Amino acid sequence: MYSIFLKEIRSFLSSLIAYVVIIVFLLFIGLFTWVFADGNVLELGYSNLDTLFTMAPWVFIFLISAITMRSFSEEIRQGTFEILSSKPVTDLQIIIGKYLASVVLVAFAILPTLLYFYSIYQLGLPKGNIDIGATWGSYIGLLLLGSCYAAIGLFASAVTPNQIIAFILGMFLCFFFFVGFQQLSNLALFGSFDHLVQWIGIQYHYESISRGVLDTRDLVYFGSVISLFLGLTYISLDSRKW
Amino acid sequence: MSISVENLTKIYGEQRAIDAINFSINAGEIVGFLGPNGAGKSTTMKILSGYIPPTSGKAAVLGMDVAENALEIKRRIGYLPELNPLYTDMYITEYLQFNAQINGIKNSKPVIERVIETTGLTVERKKKIGQLSKGYKQRVGLAQALINDPEVLILDEPTSGLDPNQMGEIRKLILELGKNKTILLSSHIMQEVEAMCSKVIIINQGKIVANDSIEAVKKRLDKNATTILVRFRDAVKGAEIKNKEGVLKVEDLGGNAYRVTSQNKVDLPELLFKFAVDHKTIILEQREEVESLENIFQQLTKNV
Repeated sequence: MYSIFLKEIRSFLSSLIAYVVIIVFLLFIGLFTWVFADGNVLELGYSNLDTLFTMAPWVFIFLISAITMRSFSEEIRQGTFEILSSKPVTDLQIIIGKYLASVVLVAFAILPTLLYFYSIYQLGLPKGNIDIGATWGSYIGLLLLGSCYAAIGLFASAVTPNQIIAFILGMFLCFFFFVGFQQLSNLALFGSFDHLVQWIGIQYHYESISRGVLDTRDLVYFGSVISLFLGLTYISLDSRKW
Repeated sequence: MSISVENLTKIYGEQRAIDAINFSINAGEIVGFLGPNGAGKSTTMKILSGYIPPTSGKAAVLGMDVAENALEIKRRIGYLPELNPLYTDMYITEYLQFNAQINGIKNSKPVIERVIETTGLTVERKKKIGQLSKGYKQRVGLAQALINDPEVLILDEPTSGLDPNQMGEIRKLILELGKNKTILLSSHIMQEVEAMCSKVIIINQGKIVANDSIEAVKKRLDKNATTILVRFRDAVKGAEIKNKEGVLKVEDLGGNAYRVTSQNKVDLPELLFKFAVDHKTIILEQREEVESLENIFQQLTKNV
């Protein structure tokens, strides 16, 4: 598992994917937080990182799908997966190794934004006037959200040997899990189940954690979504044996 | 017994890729696995390497069932899939390092040095896999399969797509490896199997049609007849040869050349010599047609 993890990290670094993802993410978020006219922190005058935490889930939909799109589809298309599976590792170890590598990359993309946190902390009037609890909560929420996206993207990549399809499917699934359920529940189609439908979506839990309260229910939810998609990935890879 | 297969069957949808095949390979043998495209060679090898399970039947490698002891078997075999898939953006040593790690080899440096040397990659060792020629890529594929010093090597078309020089080198390498390993290799090229293998298994449409030493397989089809190609200086009548005792068939090839088939008990060269003397002509060319493995392959795998 560790060897797979290491190999994936190396491949992110040597194929420049890591640098591109991190730089593009920071550029996007940086521009929206500090530069673009609508809603940059300096203009709004509120000492918080709301722009970062509302934009990041959307940017991640693209970026994380791009990170994960090749992880299995490329291996299957090239046939290298056949070599991998002739080595003394289980499919599950392969999946977890690849998954952890994607999550680490996501974490490294988020990490530099701590500088923004520090800047706003310094810029606050009085200094340090920022809801620290909520901000940390949001960071944890964002990492968990990224981890969910990574699991979804990995699954999308396992179902097709075509990277483009994996990318588009991953984006759609991430999008749908993020806001799709929320939007469906707004249609008032499900009567008293509206709340449940909303509850299935990621956004509900992401916002809940962003308030700075680490509710076990939310953590269990994120854990479940991740396990579900990693499980589906396993089934998809296992289907070659049917 | 290094490899044994019993009633192994794999069904893809409606199609029987392999159909209740049986064979076994003893330790230290180099066995050629022959068959036309789509005959079931790769499927069998994929089952043996643990990539896919059989629909029914048993396959055992090193005495262990592939379904039950997959990980232990994988630790002790080396597998080179068809088309030699590799991570082209990795450096050779980086790739071998990864393979050593995944095999749980702790002190990987000497191991990597050993396979680089055995596979003759020393000159190219600093390169990225994507920059290598096909022959060298094939060596990397072999190096990958050798990293755990396996007892059994399964090589799916190890020389396909190589130029004759590269082919020769890979063959030499495989022969060298075969001195202390059991090797099952598939191929289309008959001479290759003849040159490297002690045994041959021929498979066609999912069924084994021959499984024996190369000599035995040749003999089996060698019937009771001898065939000689002969060319006389002057025109003779083919029918007159046909009338000789023991001659079964005479084919006129044009230009005074004939393909003459006789029963084995007849000394055909002598018969032809006497015939030439009787007809006051001389033999310009005469050559016995040996049943090549290629002919046997074609005969056995002709889809009726």
